[in-house]
Amino acid sequence: MNKCIGCFTCMLTCSGVNRQNHSLSKSAIRVKTSGGLQGKFISVVCLACRDERACAEACPSGALEKRPGGGVMLKPEKCIGCRKCESACIVSAVSYDENENKPIICKHCGVCTRFCPHDCLRMEDVTNDL
Amino acid sequence: MIYEGYIKVLYIDMTTGKIKIENRKDLCEYLGGVGVATKLLEETIRPDLDPLDENQPIVFAIGAASSIFPVITKTVAMFRSPLTGELGESYAGGRMALTMFLAGYDAMVIQGKAKKPSYLAITRNNVGFKDARAFWGMSSDEVGRVIRDREPGGGKRSIIRIGPAGENMVHYASVCVDTYRHFGRLGLGAVFGSKNLKAISIVGDRNLPIKNFKEYFKVYQDIYKKVTDTEIMAKYHDAGTPINIEPLNAAGGLPTKNLKQNVFEHGDKISGETFANQNLVRKMACTGCPVGCIHIGQFRREFDKGHEYEAVSVGYDYELIFALGSFLGIKTSDEVLQLIEPVEHLGMDAMSTGVVLGWATEAFAKKLITEEQTLVPLSFGNTANYIKAIEYIAAKKNEFYTALSEGVEKASDIYGGKDFAMAFSKNEMAGYHTGYGMILGSTVGARHSHLCNGGYSVDQSMKEFNKEKLVDAIFAEEKERCMLNSLVICLFARKVYDRTTILAALNSIGNNLTDEDLTAIGERIYKAKLRIKKALGYDQMSVRLPKRLFETPSYNGQLNEDTAYELIAMYNQKIEEFMAK
Ligand code: SF4
Ligand code: SF4
Ligand code: SF4
Repeated sequence: MNKCIGCFTCMLTCSGVNRQNHSLSKSAIRVKTSGGLQGKFISVVCLACRDERACAEACPSGALEKRPGGGVMLKPEKCIGCRKCESACIVSAVSYDENENKPIICKHCGVCTRFCPHDCLRMEDVTNDL
Repeated sequence: MIYEGYIKVLYIDMTTGKIKIENRKDLCEYLGGVGVATKLLEETIRPDLDPLDENQPIVFAIGAASSIFPVITKTVAMFRSPLTGELGESYAGGRMALTMFLAGYDAMVIQGKAKKPSYLAITRNNVGFKDARAFWGMSSDEVGRVIRDREPGGGKRSIIRIGPAGENMVHYASVCVDTYRHFGRLGLGAVFGSKNLKAISIVGDRNLPIKNFKEYFKVYQDIYKKVTDTEIMAKYHDAGTPINIEPLNAAGGLPTKNLKQNVFEHGDKISGETFANQNLVRKMACTGCPVGCIHIGQFRREFDKGHEYEAVSVGYDYELIFALGSFLGIKTSDEVLQLIEPVEHLGMDAMSTGVVLGWATEAFAKKLITEEQTLVPLSFGNTANYIKAIEYIAAKKNEFYTALSEGVEKASDIYGGKDFAMAFSKNEMAGYHTGYGMILGSTVGARHSHLCNGGYSVDQSMKEFNKEKLVDAIFAEEKERCMLNSLVICLFARKVYDRTTILAALNSIGNNLTDEDLTAIGERIYKAKLRIKKALGYDQMSVRLPKRLFETPSYNGQLNEDTAYELIAMYNQKIEEFMAK
């Protein structure tokens, strides 16, 4: 992430492709500065936890299913919008879509990595942990 | 407004603390950006009143496709310039365009004057008028930091603000956008000051579904690919704009020591390479731009005895290195950064500041002014004294510095030395002594910036000098840039955004325009600008060019004064015909 220029292309394309929305707020990846624009850029995104997934554990309605390899998948019809997953994620990678009343869950689709112009983000091959 | 057939204008009255929103269908024929801003300025400007009168407007506008395609990143500001007394137009990147877009405003018109120092907090459903009394006197950097802590919306927020120079209404005070970008030229900062407006924070967090995703994303990808594949990526991201210092210096086009020279003997010490090797610590981008041309350099400063050091970071680019480097005979990259820092924090335009100081240095050597006036002896290469002089300008320390704070034209009116007061129609020159294109382009350009029509670049590409061709090229480019700036595309990407690409982008979001429409929009905007200039009393034929331009050889060799005036007359003829059409 040292090469990050803060262009937000990753966020704009994530919102666009996954949510068909121009808004920045709908992106599952968030790039922010640590301490204003003079600080470094950091990215906040789902770490694709394996074995134990805090968000899924916190979900009272079973809306977050384990994704093979890491992370979770959202079953929107089961979600009751209680926002427990949001606070359960210790890296704050789950944000909440106020319009849809559903959490924004990273699908690990890799759009952001494809559109990052400076190769700050990359996808890794992982084995199935389930 | 994207997907809607109107332009949403937010009117803010600082005197009454009231706002008004208008959805203007009629403005669509100006597309957006500079087009909409020009029209709104024409409606609200007061030719009868001083540029710093509280009844003058400040207009901001973004374009029809702002932020949703790569490198469409800029916001335009228009106002009556305190520096030139006429058309004020300035551009800045950063996050401002994105936040205006996602707060849901295409344009903002700010009028009136707050009773006490204030700042505005703009969101999609509110405009807060807030107390900024405690911020008055703060540097642009400091006030940014305080507002960052006070206002919500981090990451989706833009903070634009002035420094002490704006408060004191230095005629070329700038407005800082998100720390590293600026509305630099022509004194917007002073207009903020005249309204008791210290800062504006804008939060953009609107929900905005994409209408025709397939089409839109196809065009998005094409443009993204074009941007990241072309040489602009390498050119502007790598060493950035300062890479031009070296070739311009080698070709004799780098204004040096108040343009007494066209070549700087220490050019290699302040070249793009040198900055990259010795000072560069970071690169950044405006939101939505994959290029990232913003270069941040660092120098070390001793702030106290006993080895107390701090690392100071400031943004640098070509124009700053020219104005606060070669033009003042500054010999090292560290010292250039040391001069950029106070200019930045006090909030002044770097180009005007450098050019004004260049004139003062020469006037001092020629004994037109004395140390009693300058307070410190000024000489080329003396960084420490220039830092003091910069502070004195911002503070309007005495009568002399007050004159300097009104620009080089005003200062030379009072103290003489017009022949080496390097301004075009009162706007201090940019860093290109390239030939007739630069002189003509800056003089006739609507806002007298080298970027109005890129005359300096015509100079560098035209194989053989031909008067008619030069006049035609500048006229055509001036109109074309009116169109480009109605979208407010960053000019670094102007080669990516050819007409076909622009039309594809607009069509994909449901804006069905044709090539002819784009031409008509460009012309409509240019005409409106010319109308405003006329109303403000601008007379092309009465401009005076500093003799120095014809004494020091240029990139294209020795220039002739009569030829320059002839070109201006030819251009004038051209716009008279254009306006009569
Ligand atoms: S917001 Fe939805 S997914 Fe998250 S914990 Fe609640 S029910 Fe589960
Ligand atoms: S796309 Fe890459 S460079 Fe741009 S903000 Fe995201 S991580 Fe940073
Ligand atoms: S090229 Fe530079 S100025 Fe232009 S949009 Fe990108 S970062 Fe901003």
